[in-house]
Amino acid sequence: MNYIWLALMAISLIVGAINGRLEAVTTAAVNYAGMAVEISLGLIGIMAFWLGIMKIAEEGGIIKILSRAIRPIAKFLFPDIPPDHPAIGMMLMNIIANWLGLGNAATPLGLKAMKELQKLNKSEDTATNAMVVFLALNTASITFIPMTVIAVRAKLGSANPFEIISTAVFSSTCATIAAVTAAKLLQRLPNIRKSDPNRMKEDSREGDDNA
Amino acid sequence: MLNSLATTVTDTVQQVSQVTAGSESLFVTIMKGFSNLAVPVILFVVIVLGFVKKIKVYETFIDGAKEGFSVAVNIIPYLVAILVAIGMFRASGAMGYFIKILSPLTNLIGMPAETLPVALMRPLSGSGSLGLVTELMTKHGPDSFIGRLASTMFGSTETTFYVIAVYFGSVGIRKSRHAIASGLIGDLVGLLMAVFICRIVFG
Repeated sequence: MNYIWLALMAISLIVGAINGRLEAVTTAAVNYAGMAVEISLGLIGIMAFWLGIMKIAEEGGIIKILSRAIRPIAKFLFPDIPPDHPAIGMMLMNIIANWLGLGNAATPLGLKAMKELQKLNKSEDTATNAMVVFLALNTASITFIPMTVIAVRAKLGSANPFEIISTAVFSSTCATIAAVTAAKLLQRLPNIRKSDPNRMKEDSREGDDNA
Repeated sequence: MLNSLATTVTDTVQQVSQVTAGSESLFVTIMKGFSNLAVPVILFVVIVLGFVKKIKVYETFIDGAKEGFSVAVNIIPYLVAILVAIGMFRASGAMGYFIKILSPLTNLIGMPAETLPVALMRPLSGSGSLGLVTELMTKHGPDSFIGRLASTMFGSTETTFYVIAVYFGSVGIRKSRHAIASGLIGDLVGLLMAVFICRIVFG
């Protein structure tokens, strides 16, 4: 992330200077900073709502039931997470919300899942393998109804705005498989392995309950 | 972005159903019904099950909801960092050079040069890439090959950098390790597959 951020900033400033667009670049910085805060604060209401609902779901045992239901897949994708851990159920809820195109619900559910994953993390600021796999599922996320783009197509008078559903589902499925495979393969690289905050526990299967 | 995407869902369902009434397949009707019903059904199941299990649903809700504020506030620095960088990158005109460098490659795989900006913008900015898709469809028509391909590309992946900033930001993760590489590999495969499948389906 360090290098990407540095590259984005440095390239923008250099290219901006060459193009004589430095003013536009700084204006963009100010505008986008404001936008970032707006987006974050805009999440508060919906965030609070879904976190409240999820607390009920958790105490009512729904998350546990979900976690059990997908144990075989979860074991393969997230070998470091104890099978009954609420993180699994939360991640499943998030992924289902993504499938249904419920962006509104997917983010709070995903963030709740991250919180659960962070409880299993030995470090404060370094991502675990499980987190990276979960994000891979999310960044490529399969959506069965990409509503936004369908709406734009409809507005522009498409004869069949929905015709891109099948192609989008196909390519997003490929993207998801690729992203997860990449995450799984990259975590074996020596450098990335070394930075795994849970590497001390790699061989034990109990996870860490009292970290 | 994710949240603006979501807020438009409800009104778009209505608009879409008006436009496509009559020509709508059963599959689409089912999918749409599913999407509309999902949230009410989830809420119903959660609350009823909570009640059955004798949980104080109201108190529990408040307890969980309290976290909403801190989570949203935690995200701010991460989102500012990434959005500012992306905004500056776009404003500087660097994107244009990128496209010029890459265009010989895209011609090779049969990807129309017009759609390249969408492909490059998709992982960086949700609203930015949606803007580009809309522009392309206005110019070439939503049912042109370019229009269909651009729409498929948009539906193929999420906004990788936004997701990473928000998700890691919410729990204070600064060292993302191989998350960005994995996400971008997924984006690349998704975009290539979009070209591939659109060539087959839409010729």
